[in-house]
Amino acid sequence: MSALVLATHGLQKRFGGIAATQNVSLALARGERRALIGPNGAGKTTLVNLLTGMLTPSSGTIELDGDDITPLPPHQRARRGLVRTFQITQLFDTLTPLETIALVIAERDRVGSRLWRPLVANAGDTDEAAQLLATLHLGDALRQRAAILPYGKRRLLEIAIALAAKPHVLLLDEPLAGVPASESREILDTLAALPQDVTVLLIEHDMDVVFRFATRISVLVNGALMVEGAPEEIARDPQVRAVYLGEARYA
Amino acid sequence: MESLPTRKAIEPARIRAWEIVVWLIALAMWFVAPKYAPLLNEIAILALFAVSLDLILGYSGIVSLGHAAFFGTGTYVAALFAKHVIPDPIVGLLAAVAVSTLLGFLTSALVLRGTDLTRLMVTLGVALILYELANRFDNITGGADGLQGVVTGPLFGTFAFDLGGRVAYLYSLTILFVLFMLARRIINAPFGYGLRAIRDNPRRAAAIGIPVNRRLIAVYTLAAAYAGTAGALLAQTTNFASLDALDFHRSADVLLALVLGGVGWLYGGILGTVAFKLMHDFISALTPQYWQFWIGLVFVVLMVAGRDRLSAGMRRLLRIGPTRTGTER
Repeated sequence: MSALVLATHGLQKRFGGIAATQNVSLALARGERRALIGPNGAGKTTLVNLLTGMLTPSSGTIELDGDDITPLPPHQRARRGLVRTFQITQLFDTLTPLETIALVIAERDRVGSRLWRPLVANAGDTDEAAQLLATLHLGDALRQRAAILPYGKRRLLEIAIALAAKPHVLLLDEPLAGVPASESREILDTLAALPQDVTVLLIEHDMDVVFRFATRISVLVNGALMVEGAPEEIARDPQVRAVYLGEARYA
Repeated sequence: MESLPTRKAIEPARIRAWEIVVWLIALAMWFVAPKYAPLLNEIAILALFAVSLDLILGYSGIVSLGHAAFFGTGTYVAALFAKHVIPDPIVGLLAAVAVSTLLGFLTSALVLRGTDLTRLMVTLGVALILYELANRFDNITGGADGLQGVVTGPLFGTFAFDLGGRVAYLYSLTILFVLFMLARRIINAPFGYGLRAIRDNPRRAAAIGIPVNRRLIAVYTLAAAYAGTAGALLAQTTNFASLDALDFHRSADVLLALVLGGVGWLYGGILGTVAFKLMHDFISALTPQYWQFWIGLVFVVLMVAGRDRLSAGMRRLLRIGPTRTGTER
């Protein structure tokens, strides 16, 4: 079944007189690797905020697995497997990576409201967390508070949080922003190793990454979808070249 | 922040030697300082109150200037229950907890949203309202004179509360110990980590599927139950309830004591209360009328110099408590 996993219908978001998102209708199939590109200020992050419920659309609807999720709050969307990363790292600063990931796993497994059993009791309980953190080069920082981690490690933890949730749809908002080259390799490998049925929407400025990762690309300009297609088509598209590559030259 | 950044934190759920020492000292005081039983009893009660505040302030980031609302509710319910229903302390305690829990649940919606300022004002407002209600309905509460003629029955029908306050201290200490250990369990469980996650970053907490509002309602209600218990203990061990239990100074004092001991660290409530009480007694013995001047000065220095830095240094000296410092907000 090539059912649509995530779809938007005529999504609009206005901030006063500014239309940040204009009539966006997007459809992602199961297991699709979609990139969302566009110049700065095109409204990419706004779209992610709308999809995850951090913003309420002015009009339009969002469907996840055929259900209208437009009225659902963020945590319920996350519980349905719609998970995001943040462009600006959002961590729990007083928690360690091990505690953070153990918490994400507990919430994913619906035991987050348990009152009695310790979250981090012994190594056995947190095997999954420790393993995931090790694959993302955080194995030597398991018990350091997130606040004191260096920037690169904080970015990796940001990604680890999303992966620990075992998403069904993963929205990556510039996951490589500011990550040193050595570590961006790790992130890309981890993303490439995601199960085939995970649907991914990737926002990224690095065109090499976009063309390597995505099977389809959507181009967002001034809050509206300008064009959508296979990477080759997008690369050839004169409109895209004018708007996107033109901007890149001056950036 | 000068903590010990590279030193590995010990798994927090394990009970450490110094914790046992703290509780043994508390128990030993019953034997070695019988004369001070009333003071110790008061400290145990206020420590429980501070632990209650720590659950919402330290762990969940909900600031409150009206936590006495729940404390005072517990006090009045326990006193009225003993006077008009049955004098048994355990049943009275449960009744007081039930009412303060309900009050916590009903008012929790008011602190879900908004900034620290709105939360401060709303909690302050709720406590003021209760204070005036208790003042106004003096036919029930005794108003400004306090509720007289409360007699708490013997514990388990056997151990009568003596004038020396020794039964009282043991009673309060036991309740403090049980509720403290329960709170300790809770904050090391997923629920407790979820609270810290909400405190640190509510947006991210919601993004990993944490129902932020529901969790805040739960912890606010729990804290109200704890505060109500503390208030009830006060009424039962003093056979008295007065407007003082709902007064603003109660909300302020418990906040000062908790900050003194350290927020987001359950023992901070106990140690802070001990320190605050000793400081209070020491300074007011030296200068009865002006003790607030010195307490005020201590807190100004504390906040300016940074509570974290001072207490981290102190903990390093004593080698107790978390090696990680508290929140950085």
